[in-house]
Amino acid sequence: MTTFRFDGTTYTAQAGDTLAAALLRNGIGLVGRSFKYHRPRGIMTAGVEEPNALVTVGEGGRAEPNTRATDVFVYEGLVAKSQNRWPNLSFDVGAVLGLAAPALSAGFYYKTFFGSAKKWMFYEYFIRKAAGLGNAPTLADPDRFSQRAAFCDVLVVGAGPAGMQAALDAAESGKRVILVEQDNILAPSLLRDRQEQDADWINATAERIRAAGGVILTRTTASGYWEHDLVTLTQRISEPGQIPAQGVAQRLWHVRAGQVILATGSIERPMAFAHNDRPGVMLSQAVRTYVHRFGVVPGKRVVIATNNDDAYKSAQALKDAGAHIVAILDARPAPAGANSGHRVYNDAVPLSTKGARHCLKSVSALVDGKAMDWDADLLAVSGGFTPVVHLHMQAGGTLDWNEDAQAFIPASSRQNVTTIGGAAEPQAIFQMVPVSSPKKSFIDFQNDVTLADVDLAWAEGYRSVEHLKRYTTLGMATDQGKLSNMAALGRLAEKQGVAIPEAGLTTFRPPYTPVTMGLIAGASAKDAGAHVRRLALYDLHAAKNPIWQPLGYWFRPRAYPTGGETLAQAALREAKAVRNNVGMTDVSTLAKFEVSGPDAAAFLEIICATTVNKLAVGRGRYTFMLREDGFVFDDGTVWRLDKNRYLLTSSTGGADRMATHISYVRQFLCPHLRVSAVNVQEHYAGIAVAGPQAKAVLATLIGEEPPRHMSTVPAAIAGVPVIILAASYSGERAFEIYVDASQAEAVWAACEAQVNEAGGALYGLEAMEFLRIEKGHLVVGGEVDGRMTPHDLALDKMLNKAGGYIGASGLARPALSEAGRRQLVGLEAIAGDIPEGAMLIPSEGASPQGHVSAAAFRIIAGGSVALGQLTDGFSRHGEILIASSPTRGQQARVRVVAPHFYDAAGERYRD
Amino acid sequence: MMRIPCPHCGPRAQSEFIYERTVDSVVPLDAPSQEAMTKLFTRNNPRGVDEEIWRHTYGCRAWMVLTRHRVTNEISECRAIGPEALP
Repeated sequence: MTTFRFDGTTYTAQAGDTLAAALLRNGIGLVGRSFKYHRPRGIMTAGVEEPNALVTVGEGGRAEPNTRATDVFVYEGLVAKSQNRWPNLSFDVGAVLGLAAPALSAGFYYKTFFGSAKKWMFYEYFIRKAAGLGNAPTLADPDRFSQRAAFCDVLVVGAGPAGMQAALDAAESGKRVILVEQDNILAPSLLRDRQEQDADWINATAERIRAAGGVILTRTTASGYWEHDLVTLTQRISEPGQIPAQGVAQRLWHVRAGQVILATGSIERPMAFAHNDRPGVMLSQAVRTYVHRFGVVPGKRVVIATNNDDAYKSAQALKDAGAHIVAILDARPAPAGANSGHRVYNDAVPLSTKGARHCLKSVSALVDGKAMDWDADLLAVSGGFTPVVHLHMQAGGTLDWNEDAQAFIPASSRQNVTTIGGAAEPQAIFQMVPVSSPKKSFIDFQNDVTLADVDLAWAEGYRSVEHLKRYTTLGMATDQGKLSNMAALGRLAEKQGVAIPEAGLTTFRPPYTPVTMGLIAGASAKDAGAHVRRLALYDLHAAKNPIWQPLGYWFRPRAYPTGGETLAQAALREAKAVRNNVGMTDVSTLAKFEVSGPDAAAFLEIICATTVNKLAVGRGRYTFMLREDGFVFDDGTVWRLDKNRYLLTSSTGGADRMATHISYVRQFLCPHLRVSAVNVQEHYAGIAVAGPQAKAVLATLIGEEPPRHMSTVPAAIAGVPVIILAASYSGERAFEIYVDASQAEAVWAACEAQVNEAGGALYGLEAMEFLRIEKGHLVVGGEVDGRMTPHDLALDKMLNKAGGYIGASGLARPALSEAGRRQLVGLEAIAGDIPEGAMLIPSEGASPQGHVSAAAFRIIAGGSVALGQLTDGFSRHGEILIASSPTRGQQARVRVVAPHFYDAAGERYRD
Repeated sequence: MMRIPCPHCGPRAQSEFIYERTVDSVVPLDAPSQEAMTKLFTRNNPRGVDEEIWRHTYGCRAWMVLTRHRVTNEISECRAIGPEALP
């Protein structure tokens, strides 16, 4: 005996019960409210296709909304809540919407969109409150979700009799087999049909499959069929909302199969008649499942409506369990059902039902053209069988029409997949056309779509099944139309006057049943969502407890506050140290490529838009790279370390794409060159030392005269070999020291000692940003935003006149150097602080003519300054504009100036 | 997710690879401006077989040319490129 709670009340369940079985066992007929009209709904099926009985299972971060009560097995302490009702399930204020049903017909949303915006805002408020499913949990899921890759020769989906036999044959012929079953038992259909003699067969077969090395996974759904016979399996290790015994709640399998066998069976169809959605209307096979598998008899006085033989098995099951079969309404003419021993009406089609909120009271039908009715508390319907072709179709298969079964069956496939069993050979049925009023004849129970909605869509001109689907939202609920699609196709075909196969089909997409987000994320959730790249000097920084800044996957110190400083205070102190004295910072994340070989210079002149081959050994220069379309891609420096050996640096943020670009050019465009281009980004750690005292600090460190600006020398610091590049991003005399990352700590320590000795400071990214903005240096991703040409950035004088670089032909397009383009400018505030990201406008209300890409201030002198892009900006120096940021609620009056606020002549680089 | 037969590593999951571009959109270094722009901005986009450049990023990191049917995803050839593949 197991206890569980539903809407706050405690009930008991039998071992093996689904929540649906347990609710029926406790006489609960009303389980949910429908999506749109809030109609009372009960349990309709006994499987994953359940459209009505959706509940939220579990509590806190473990809560799982929209779980089918038929697809969760009761465990001790299970907590379930009904959904889409207020204040409670029995008395639901939203049900008043049902009275307004004519106003909420097909295309309601679209029609409202076309009304005034005000009207929509009004409706939206109520729609959002009223229409809906369960609420997503707001707390983090405490459980783990694992993912696993697997390979097999044969994957069998569905452990019914056909699937088990196929798995056995494959396993015993030496193949690696995986057999999956979404239920928690094998061959549930045999149990449903109570073929007692089969229990031994099921156990023996499973034993033999395992003995032959086969893997059997129950509670596992083949949720998607992807390319090249990759099938994803979603395995429930614990039930929804249950605390997992081993911490892992679910597992996602990626199975690459040599061959896939689908033994997925079929799903019984409902019938379309008025009030066919009432609690107490249930599919015939579901009724049989509850009686035989769970020992629950869902009604005492039963009417059965069918168009096939299968429903008679349910009649027998109910009769054996003590229920009274009031009538069997068989749509087929006599003598169908004649010898069944039940009261059978032929040519009988259901018309409507009556009942109260919780239950069914009577059923009416048209029998041979005459209306009749019966008192009943259960109506079991069987409208035929729809083969489960979802995986076959996801695999890119085609379908054939089976006239006898009035169903689509799998035909050819471009992947290695075959379908066997009931999914390939559905039972024959009698084709019937709904005769009842279409208004309350539901076909999509979950999205509240009726036959009248299909008729309306047709009347309004929606002819294609794809349009019909979107206009009516039919088949778009969490059950993906498992019960509804065939009914809609039938109606559409009837309207068009064609056969069903000519009416077309919508696309089958994964997943077959809903998959929780946690399972998709797997281990890549929470802090593991993105990987973290740690600097070689990470521990040294961390010891100083800096403010960290994510930069791509890297984390870099943004500032090193001391004594309660704010970020701004610390950054300003650090930037002042660089301007007045000396500072040092970690620049290890810069992209670095070592390019060597006889054709190294030729290769670099393809990558870089500037000349390289005139560079003397020991010298370096600024460079930039273009995309193939001529826009600036990245920038950096290139250094000639030796006759045939260069070091190229570029931006941190663009490092990975630059590595790919260089590899592509080298491997694909010029495989003939004698060159090697190696990504050495993480081989070297980099330390920048900058400021008026930098040269003296470096001289002490290396024991010789440091190289002049834009020169490079090999040296040693603390006994460790280093490469010194005399380059400056800050605008001061500066050096970059590159050292083998594994030996970087000793070099950093030596540098830090000397910088401290000179009274300097460490600086982080924030100070670096202040320094470079004041100096007017570019940043890739800021000023270089993918829309700027070398002309726009005033870099055109540096272009290699000989051409031949990537992007030269793209840049030659006349429009790229015409007037009217955005150009790089400096901005200085006349009044107010310039907000970053602000638009540049000539007056209030005017159209933007540019924007602020980076804002800072003069480090020593004070005053807000910024870099920006402005239409024809080069010729507008001196103009007064407004930098306005409505999102920040800030604006400033600014003067357009040259983008250099500090040492425009570059005198501070020289000794 | 496709299975791509890397010429160096054998069949591997698509998640190990990145797609670069179709072969018809490769801009040769010496292409005149008009041709370069046509290559960049006009795609054949055939409903059928096409040649594509892929890279085995999370494997051998080599580039390769895949001959793939864009409807059925059938891969009929995967050949190595780069200096090592030069005749």
